[in-house]
This record gives sequence, structure tokens and C-alpha cells, in this order.
Amino acid sequence: MRILVCVKRVPAPGARINVTADGQTVDAAHLGFTTSPHEECAVEEAVQLTEAHGGEVTVMTLGPVAAEEQLRYAASVGAHHFVLIPIDDVDWDPQRTASALAEAIAAVEETNGAFDLILFGNESADAGGFQVGVRVANHLGRPIVNGIKGIEIGGEQGGELDEGVATARREIDGGFEVYNVPMPAVLGVKEGINLPRYPTMKGRLASKKAVVDTDERTVEAGGQVRLRLHRPVEQISETVILGTGPEAAPAVVDLLEELGVLS
Amino acid sequence: MVEPPRAVSQENNRMSDFPTRANVVVIGAGIVGNCLVGHLARLGWTDLVLLEKGPLPNPGGSTGHASNFIFPVDHNKEMALLGEQSANQYRDMQMSVDSGGIEVARTQARMDELTRRMTSAKAWGIEAHMLTPSQVKELVPFINEDVILGGFHCPTVSVVDSLETGTTMRREAIEKAGCQVFANTEVLDIETAEGAGGITTVAAVVTDKGTIEADYVVVACGVWSNRIANMAGATIPLVPAVHQMADVGPMDVLAETNNEIGYPIVRDMDTFCYERQSSGSMEVGSYGHRAILHHPDEIPSNAEAALSPTEMPFTPDDFDDQMETAIELMDMLGDAEIKYAINGLLSLTPDTMPCLGETTEVRNLWSAAAVWVKEGPGMAQVVAEWMTHGYPRVIDVHGADIARFYDQERSDEHIWSRADEHFIKTYGIVHPAEQWEGRRNLEVGPYFSRQQDLDATFFQARTWERPQWYGVNADLVERYGLAEREVEWDNRWWSPITIGEHLNMREHCGVVDLSSFQIYELDGPGAIEYAERLAVNKVDVAVGRSIYTPWLTPDGGFHSDLTMMRLGEDRMRIVTGVFDGGRDEFWTRRHMPTDDSVTFTNITRQLTTLGLWGPNAPAVLSQLTGQDLSQDGSPYGSIIDAEVAGLPVQLFRISYVGDTGWEIYTAWENGPALWDALMEAGADLGIRPTGGGVYGSSGRLEKGYRLMGAELESEYNPLEAGLARPRLKAADFIGRDAYHAAREAGDPEVSMCTLTVEDQTDGQGRSRHMMGGNEPILDADGGRIVDSHGRVSRATSAGYGPSVGKHLLMSYLPRELAVAGTDLQVMYMNEMYPVKVASTGAVFDPDDTRLKG
Repeated sequence: MRILVCVKRVPAPGARINVTADGQTVDAAHLGFTTSPHEECAVEEAVQLTEAHGGEVTVMTLGPVAAEEQLRYAASVGAHHFVLIPIDDVDWDPQRTASALAEAIAAVEETNGAFDLILFGNESADAGGFQVGVRVANHLGRPIVNGIKGIEIGGEQGGELDEGVATARREIDGGFEVYNVPMPAVLGVKEGINLPRYPTMKGRLASKKAVVDTDERTVEAGGQVRLRLHRPVEQISETVILGTGPEAAPAVVDLLEELGVLS
Repeated sequence: MVEPPRAVSQENNRMSDFPTRANVVVIGAGIVGNCLVGHLARLGWTDLVLLEKGPLPNPGGSTGHASNFIFPVDHNKEMALLGEQSANQYRDMQMSVDSGGIEVARTQARMDELTRRMTSAKAWGIEAHMLTPSQVKELVPFINEDVILGGFHCPTVSVVDSLETGTTMRREAIEKAGCQVFANTEVLDIETAEGAGGITTVAAVVTDKGTIEADYVVVACGVWSNRIANMAGATIPLVPAVHQMADVGPMDVLAETNNEIGYPIVRDMDTFCYERQSSGSMEVGSYGHRAILHHPDEIPSNAEAALSPTEMPFTPDDFDDQMETAIELMDMLGDAEIKYAINGLLSLTPDTMPCLGETTEVRNLWSAAAVWVKEGPGMAQVVAEWMTHGYPRVIDVHGADIARFYDQERSDEHIWSRADEHFIKTYGIVHPAEQWEGRRNLEVGPYFSRQQDLDATFFQARTWERPQWYGVNADLVERYGLAEREVEWDNRWWSPITIGEHLNMREHCGVVDLSSFQIYELDGPGAIEYAERLAVNKVDVAVGRSIYTPWLTPDGGFHSDLTMMRLGEDRMRIVTGVFDGGRDEFWTRRHMPTDDSVTFTNITRQLTTLGLWGPNAPAVLSQLTGQDLSQDGSPYGSIIDAEVAGLPVQLFRISYVGDTGWEIYTAWENGPALWDALMEAGADLGIRPTGGGVYGSSGRLEKGYRLMGAELESEYNPLEAGLARPRLKAADFIGRDAYHAAREAGDPEVSMCTLTVEDQTDGQGRSRHMMGGNEPILDADGGRIVDSHGRVSRATSAGYGPSVGKHLLMSYLPRELAVAGTDLQVMYMNEMYPVKVASTGAVFDPDDTRLKG
């Protein structure tokens, strides 16, 4: 089977996320970059599905040229083909992103045939817009289910098991919704669907040889405009260790008295 | 409403208790700061405060991500002995496990280096064995023995718990001395004040929790140290640099040991990597990537860091080559998952050595920085002892003394350039005489262009360029029938021309550029009294006379050896070597009276010095001066104002090479004219420009002249070095009580000796040349020679003595062995060579007739 996973290069933040002075982006001076965690799971899921059912995984990203690092990371954990849609450093809005991805996917599919599954992360780790997967599915005229925490190939269709159907489990309060989705389909995957593997050293070295196709797209901007990012006021929650063992007891009593719990 | 509690350390210091003054504030609670407060408490210090910007027990500095292993063998004595000292402290606290370690070689050059490691292991008394590839495999079954030629096994390589050790030492300080500990406390400024004598002195530490007035402040801030010191106007020359490390696993063969470490650590020296088991995983660390240096401001805060401030984002491209070679060595690593990988930060200094001691810029502001986990506890002890006793007792640390740096060595440009150059040498094979490539020609003498024209090969002494030999003298090689050395290692950074220059000087004469001399003057009504206080020997001599004298530490060991010249009633000149200039200037300033009775001036760049020596030296000089040059008119040790070639000079009758002649001092701008005049006058008398190979090595060794930092260290006293005068002077001086006690104790336990190598032939029939790199002197059975203080006999200097036809070594020996004719052995590159004690003095012209006759 043929699976496409769309990923996004995002900063790997520390406890505090700083915003650049112009308010347009996360200040990444001290940060490394990574793949959004949901998408990391999507890549892992795709690799596992092809390990079980055969086929190949293509990973696509729209991002700065440096996002090649995330494609190679996907290569190091078992993905096979890679497409980079290069943009300048500033994020494209969701409509524009989705249009470019849909065009690029169509171009790949025109040559190599349709993807059985297109996996997105449920939402990106930085912008968290929840839009791109849905918009791409809409562009391509394919069904989409978000919030997926389990995928099996083969599902009931008309009372019979159909290999052309994916069974997708979506977590809800108190249980799961189970969708039988005819492929080709689009799924938005959530962290927790699996435990992504780490790359092996051999995987990392092999990834250096992976071929990354570049597909430049010129697409008009959509309607969403970023005004500026704000960092919320930090909720400082500090911890005091009053001591260890029995010696801590007086300090605990003091504090309880100070708080008015004891009188 | 009750104010919410604020974060404090587990040691329970509440912010309401934040002190307003303390005796000592130590900044930084990594392995060094923690051990330092512990050692200060052991030495009786009280009123201590330990500040830490991050949380405890792991504040986020380099200690927190260290690989925590100690390979005890090092060619450098300070690093080896302080590493051993540290390993023992970890052991005493039951914070270490002896995992053993193996350095493997993939090349013949590395195999040779491992034989040198064996020699250093012998010197320091550390068990070590050479292994064949199959023997390596017996200890490390998952190694690919086909890619290695052999290994160097050290069973006492240990793995330590540096965080827990720090916690233990910190708690000891709390229990013993009531040390107050404040974590999550950021230092914002260090205030100074004008102390006695107008000296800039540390006054207070300003933090985000309040200001603490302090008598002493110690910067133990690892990679942040220079930034913190800068707050007070001081410098700690180090730069944060990346050491990459990846944790890969799990692997069954490791997990099955059920141990943090069950296999020896492997250092794959030729690929600059190590593989160190950590439970079921392997830590693969690299010193093989490009040097990645950071400014302290580029280090994130604890809050901003994804992992910790000093675990910066991994840059995998820099690690790929190391992965390939690691898999080559241990195939199982290839299929192991990379679970964690960092660009870990550590501290690098311009010359690879730590920064210990009081800063030169701010009194009572101390540095305990550029110290790695492997030497942390020992170096903390050094600093604690230094603060307590005026100089460390555990070992001499002239190489780590922060005062060694000249101003140019403290600039970011210099620090970065040198760190960039030497990072790759962390696991490199570094020749003892190896020269730097970058940052050259920082200081040159006034003859530099002439020396370049004479095809000089320059060696750099700290910042100063000094000709080591002159290519123009290549004809002397033929004249004296000299040859290159047989083994490339012995021949590296060496030339037979230097022997030619030596023999020519002994036969005719030579001119030596001594511009790198560091020259100071003390002036004022208290100058002579102060000079007496510094010097062992009586320096209150007649105007125009000079004294060669040791300066001692308070414990009576060598701090310096130098020449002091009485130039006037209230004026004393001090001349010392370039390697010790920084330390000696600081020592001189540090002990100055604060009553304005003495002024200190550094006139290094005002005066240049040429040495003119050899039997023809008087004949050359007499053509240029009317001064009476006889031993009566210009007696040994005298300094005389004179005119040479129409230039005002001072003629100092002295010699460090064993032939008669003078150090001629003149104004810097007159140097070239003096040089030209001497060369012209000596043209028919065999004069040759003569390099440092003669001055610092062959000439000196034949005369048995001791060198600071080699023969002379704080662990030895003048009696042992053979430099004691018959009488102890009446005036008080630093170290007098200890020196007096040593004299009263009778004959010294050891004596400095010159030994001759009786046969230089190695097992392959090649002639070898020891270099004075601590090669151990051994008894007839190959046993180490160690005195009751634990001091080991080793070659402190070595080199060929052309005029005596023997390779010479210098070493302290126990008194019963320090007798001419005693047969001993020396180990070099893991082979034994017979040596014989020649003298406790000079082997050439022992009566000094060539100097004074």
C-alpha cells in the first residue's frame, strides 16, 4: 500500500517559549527543531502499516529548506520517499498551505497513482490550527477523520471484510468511535497511537543518502493573517522541599502553622 | 494572605534567611563548587554561602550531563595527580566503580602513543597493560578486533557519580560549617571596592534574592565563569565548547550485566570517540567533530532549555562520521536506537589547562573553573588549600594557575582561536614540543625580521616568539658531523642544527635573543625591604650586584626562581622567564606593601636583551666598548652601565649556558643596532645567531641549571634542588619558617641529579632520545623510586649534551641514590634504558672555569 504522511518542522521548546520582538514567530535562538509529535506518530504508524502490509511511505513537508532535516529524520525511522515544498521562513497560512500540499500530492499521484492513506498529525505543535488536514482532504475530495488513535487495514463494508477500507479508532470520553473509511482516505492522527521508534545509527546514516524531491509551489495567500504572538503570563508554581526524613517534620509543622492549618 | 513559599534548595535555606554578608560566597553548585565548600569546611572555614542559579541537585551545568569517567593516565603531571586525587576522593565517598578502560589503537602512530601512555602510567604508579586485539576482545566481546592493532588497558579507570558526590560534599559543608545554600538564585553583579593600597577588591555579590557582602568570592560557574568574572572586571579565559554524545540502546549484551557499567570503557582514540556502557545502553561520545564554540550568552536559561542549559540541541551532521567509525568498532551499535543525543557543553581554555587561583584583576575573587568531573574534587581541594595556606599543598599547580595568562591570552579572539585549534587534540597524539599554528607572532623581539631573514624556526613561549634554531646555521651540521635523529617522533620539532649551534658556541661564540625576558622594577624607599621579603637569598647587596634566588611559597617550596639586580639604593630589577612572567608579576604585586613605599613597573617592552656567550665573547665585545671586560672589570654577577657600539647598555656578566659572556640590556629601539654591531664584530670570530635549543636545553642541561616548572616546583625546596646557600639570611621572607625547619631537619631526603643515558638503543636497534616528559627513573629491578612524601623520581628535563657526548636527564633521587656512578634505568616508550647518576651539579665544566676563570 502507498501511504503519505505530511509533517511540519516545529521548534523543540523548553519550559519557556520566547517570541521574537516582532511577534511573528517563536524565538528559536536556543532551540532545536523537530517534527510535531502527532506527526512523528503518524510517520511511525505509516511505517508499521507498510511493515505489516507491504508498500512504501512518502513523507511530505511544506517548510523552509532546513525542514529537510525532518524528512531525513523520517528516513532514519523507515520512510521511503520525500518531498519538500520550500517556502521562506515565515509560516504560510492554513489555506495556502493546504492548497500547496493538495497540488503537490496531486502531482505525485498523477505520476505514481493515488495514496491509499494520507496521514496528518491532528494539529501542528506550534500553530495548532487544526485546519490543514481537513482542507487537503476537501481539496482532494476524500473522507477525513481526525483524532485517530488506531488504524487497521481492512474493515467491514456492506457486511463483508473489505481490504479497501481502513478502520480508524477515535478516542472519545469513555471509549472509542470506530470508523470504516473507504480508501483513499485522509486521517488525522493523535499522539499515543503508538510509541515512535528512535532512529538507529544505521538508520541515521542511511537517511543521509535519501533523495529529497523539491516541489516549488506558488499559491495565493489565504484569508488568515497572523497579527502577532503573545506569550501568556507565566503561572509561577514553585516547589519547596522542606527537608528529607524525620528532620523535615519541624519545618512542615512551621509551614502548616504559617498557613493557618494548625493553630 | 500568606506569601507563597519560594523555591530553595533541599538544604532548606529559606529566602527570609538570605544573608547580607558572608566570609566566602561560592558561585556555582556543580562538582567544583560543591566540593569546594566541602573542602573549605574541612579546612576550618565558616560563614560560607553557596549560590546556584539552577535547581539542585542538578542545576543544569556541565556536571549534569558528564559521562563521569576517569582515565587516570595523563602525560601531564598536574592533570594525572589531580585526576588520581579526585578518583581517590570519589572512592573514599563510595561514589565510584572501577570499570576499567581500554584505549584502542587503529594506527601504528597510536600504538607508539600507547607505549608512551604505558610510560606515564609507570611514572604515576597506575596499573596498565598493553593488550593484543584478541585480549581486547576477551574484555570487550562485542568489539571488532579486526580494525584495531592493540589496546592500552587500565583496570582502575572508574565511573563516578558526580551529582551525588556534589550533594555529599555540600551536605558536609552544611553540617561542618553551617554553609548556607541557595539554589534558583541568579548572580546579577559582583561589586568591588578600593581596598588597602588602592587595590580593587571584591566586596559583594548581587543576586536576584538580595546582596551579600563577602570577603571572598569564588567563581565555580563552569561554562559561565568568564561571564560571571567579567561582572567584577576580571577574566577567566575559557569558552563553552560542544562535546557530542549519543545514548544508544538498549542492547541485550549490556542489559544482561544488570549493572550501570559491566564492561570496560573503550576509547577509540584514532577516531576521537569513546563507548561507555550506561546500564543497557551505550554512550557514544565524540571529540572528533569540528570545534563548536559558544558565547556564554548563547546558552539558554534553565527555563528556555529543552533539556538543560548545557545540553544544547544535537547537530547530527557533526556526528555522522563518528557513527560510522563507532559501528565499525562495535557492529551492534548500528541497530541500536539513538534515544538521547546532545551537544553537551564543557569548558576549554586557550592552553587546555584549568583556571585555578585568585584572579589577577580583583583581590579575593577566585577562580575554580575549566575543571572537568574527572579532576573536580582534587582541584576543589587545591583551591581550598590555596585560599587557606597561600599556596596549594596537595600538588604544585603552576600549569593551572590562572595568573599564568598574559593579557593577550585572555581575549576572546585568543581563547576561541586556541580552543578551535586544540579541540581535535583532546584525544590526539600531542608531541611535547608541539607548536600552535594560529595566533602566532603576538610578541616578537626587535630582531624578528633579521631572524626571519636568517631562516629562524620560532617556538612560541606563551605569547612570545623565540628562535629555536636558525636555518642559516645548517652548515654547522656538516662541520660537526651531525645527523637527524633516527626515529621521527624524537626528531619532530627538533633539528641537529641546534647541536651545531651549541658546539659552535662552545668553540667560538653565539648570540641569543632574550627579548622575551619579563622585566620588572621595584622602586621606592621600601623596595629593597620588600625585595628581601620575596627572596630566599639576601638581595640587599651592593648597587651593581645581582642575585640569583628562589622565591618560596609559604610552605617553603619553589614559587619562582629568578634574578634580582640591585640597580640603586631604592631600586631593584627582577628578571624572570616568559613562561613564569604572569605568575611572578602577580605574586610580586600580590605581596606588595600597601603603604605606597614601593612602586612596581613592568618594563618588559622597554628593554631588550641579547645573550653573548662563548670563549670568543670577550673578544667580540671588546671591539665595541671601552669597558674593562676582564673578570676584575666586569666580574661574574655584576651589572655595569656601559656603551657598546655607541649605544647605552647594561652589561650583566652571567651565563645560563656554561660559557663566559653577558646578558646585554638595552632600550628596545636600540636592539637592532646592537644585534648588527655584535654580528659584524664577531664575523671573524665565529659568531652565530644561536637559538633556544641551546639556551633552554643543551647548554642548560650540561650545566645542570634548574628550570622553574620542570625541576623547580612547590613540592620541592631549595635544599632538595641543591640551591641552598650556606647560611640562612636574617631578614624575614615568604616561606622562611618552613625553609628554616627544612634546614634544621638535616640532609634533604632527595637531591636533584643529572644522569647520563648509557645506552640509547631500543629493542629495534634504534637510538632513542628521551624528552624530559616525566619518564620514570627506575631502580635496577624496574621498580619505581618514590620518597616518603610520595614524590616519584622522573625525568624533569632531558636532552643531548653535545659537549659531553651523552643524552642527559635531570631527576630528583633519594639521597642514597644521588651518588655519582649509581646505575639506574629510565623508561621511555615502554622500554628500559640504562642510566647512570653523573652529578648533583654540572656535567660540563663543573668548576665553572669557563665562566669565571
